[in-house]
Amino acid sequence: MKFPKINFDNLKNEGTESVTAQERRKFLKLGLAVAGVYAGGKILSLTSIVGTAHASGGGVDFVKKYPYNPHYSMVIRQTLCIDCEKCVDACKSTNHVPDYGYRTRILTKRYAGTLDKQVEFIPVLCNHCNDAPCVRACPTRATYKDPITGIVRMESRKCIGCKTCMLACPYDARYFSPARRAVDKCDFCWEERLSKGKKQTGCSAACPTGARTFGNLTDPENIVYKLVHQLEEKVWVLRPADDTKPNIFYMKGNMRSVDNILRQHKLKYSEAEKS
Amino acid sequence: MTGRMVNISKRWGFHGVAALKDASTGYKMVMGSFVLLALAGAAVGLHGLLVGYHHVYGVTREISWGLLISAYIFCVVTSTGLCIVSSIGHVFGGEAFMPIAKRAVFMSIIFMFGGFGIIFFDIENPFRMAIWNVFSPNFVSNMWWMGTLYGAYLVFMVIEYYFLLEQNHTLSRLMGFFGLVVGIAAHSNLGAVFGMLHGRPFWYGPYLPIYFIFSAAMSGGCAILFFTTLGWRINPEIMNQRMERSVKAITQVTIFLISVIIFFTIWKIITGMVSEGKTLVIMSFLTGDYAINFWVFEVFLGMFLPLYLLIRSRGNNFNLILVATGLMMIGIFFMRYDIVIPGQMESVYHSMGVVEAADMLKYTPSFHEIMASIFGLAFIGFAYFAGEKMLNGHQLEKHEIVPDSGYICPGCGAIHFMEEGETEEDAMKRHHRIW
Ligand code: SF4
Ligand code: SF4
Ligand code: SF4
Repeated sequence: MKFPKINFDNLKNEGTESVTAQERRKFLKLGLAVAGVYAGGKILSLTSIVGTAHASGGGVDFVKKYPYNPHYSMVIRQTLCIDCEKCVDACKSTNHVPDYGYRTRILTKRYAGTLDKQVEFIPVLCNHCNDAPCVRACPTRATYKDPITGIVRMESRKCIGCKTCMLACPYDARYFSPARRAVDKCDFCWEERLSKGKKQTGCSAACPTGARTFGNLTDPENIVYKLVHQLEEKVWVLRPADDTKPNIFYMKGNMRSVDNILRQHKLKYSEAEKS
Repeated sequence: MTGRMVNISKRWGFHGVAALKDASTGYKMVMGSFVLLALAGAAVGLHGLLVGYHHVYGVTREISWGLLISAYIFCVVTSTGLCIVSSIGHVFGGEAFMPIAKRAVFMSIIFMFGGFGIIFFDIENPFRMAIWNVFSPNFVSNMWWMGTLYGAYLVFMVIEYYFLLEQNHTLSRLMGFFGLVVGIAAHSNLGAVFGMLHGRPFWYGPYLPIYFIFSAAMSGGCAILFFTTLGWRINPEIMNQRMERSVKAITQVTIFLISVIIFFTIWKIITGMVSEGKTLVIMSFLTGDYAINFWVFEVFLGMFLPLYLLIRSRGNNFNLILVATGLMMIGIFFMRYDIVIPGQMESVYHSMGVVEAADMLKYTPSFHEIMASIFGLAFIGFAYFAGEKMLNGHQLEKHEIVPDSGYICPGCGAIHFMEEGETEEDAMKRHHRIW
């Protein structure tokens, strides 16, 4: 990986105060059961990972009903990502992603003045937004929200290639694939894995550290349910201001508290779960 | 068959293909070069279609709308504008605007075809569009509305043009009205295609749909002036008192609309400077990558120079109007480009401060994109020059200009009617009491 120069002086330290009550409420209104504070894709505080625990925000509402069942979701424990890009490779081979495209990638965030680490890796993929701008923008309903699973999928034969969805997506999750003659995007591996009975996506199964955890948000026994329904660690989504109600959640994921929550879940998937 | 053709052209006052043969060598060369350019553009575009656009176009996954979309927007904005400005006359009855109607509606249709020709080379599966737009419509998609309404708009404009030629003024007026309503709906939807992308702060908001309408009217005024004064250079006979008055009126309207757009632009810049999501783009206009586009083309050529020249022309120096609006057309093209491309230059992950999205995204139009745009624009150029000759300079028939018992007032240029037993002079005195 090449790291282009970046001007550290321009990076703003947001501090936890920057998470407004309004933002908190918005997150709780996602139609999802979510606990804790999130920091709009901005890092909460540059010092937050240096020893101190996160101050969890007040008013936590648990919404009992999810819009989909199974409600597929991914929780990314950012601190665990080591940028091995095994997920990217697995995604490419599972879903026949051409060289000029990608469905997921790893972003790099660098810090200065931190004691424990200077770099953090942020895996990004389609957020399978509950209020998906791409779905609204598509003139022919070639991209749609699966009414059962909530996965945002493509019906390739309807895609006229106007590329409006690519611009509508605030997460750069789409690209045009000439091989499919349609826009291609992450489908939570529905076509290649989930519909064939597998429980994990290509990327989450390939992840050696458990940074990517995939599962069903409506199942209290599921790892993503447990990771999202806890107070100790902050959970956030990317670009909350766009109000897309994403289904990819982010957290640091290195706190002991999480291990406690996950007593029954080892950090890494057992081989059986990987199938 | 030929007999019928001749009849129709007689009825519509056309000169037909014969006029092309009689054209001067220079004129033929101009038309020929437009044909060659259009053919070359089409050939290069089709080559791109065959080998796959992703090999030959400069657009990327992040900047997925490039020169072709800008050129398409330029064409449809101009088309809608021609419709808006000409409707003041033949739909709402503004006397002074009537003489330009035929040329304006004709060019409006031509610009629409040019635009569709260009977007044909941008949409990856244009043929699927015809099917799925109908069988799988998404009524909340602005893109769907834009495409559908523009299709309807084109149909109305063609029917309207037919009735204009037929001199069926009731129906041409009705169709013109529908065309105008649908055209404005289509055009504000085009603005909303951008304005409703809430992940793109530079575009998001009601600004673009509103701006697009005013901007279209400005382009329309500019285009009518340009094509009318150019038509006058080709055939001075097209000017008569009514036409002169019309040019003057449209010059005034255009001056007004340029001022409106200057106002829009100033506030876009000022409000953008204090908005976190927009500052980067705004600064690139003021001092960055797009500074030349913005200051030289958009501001100077597109607004201030034409504003100055049009005011100086007083609406009756046609050569000056021709120069002013010609430069303005170039400026307007850059205005469209400056909406489309810079809106995409900031990566959606830029605000997260990640290394991969630290730099602004870059886009340079490729040869194929330039040629495919030229295909549409050259087609418009050719159709204009051919039209001026074949359609006899879009002139109105004598009886269209002056109905029975009416006359053109040498004072004001309008048509006055004489009452029983009145002389022209008496009628003029009656119309203009002060005399
Ligand atoms: S992340 Fe992008 S592609 Fe995925 S659902 Fe949301 S808007 Fe659509
Ligand atoms: S869920 Fe499947 S398609 Fe989506 S990024 Fe992971 S591997 Fe790729
Ligand atoms: S495989 Fe896991 S650790 Fe490796 S880059 Fe992907 S998410 Fe990160």
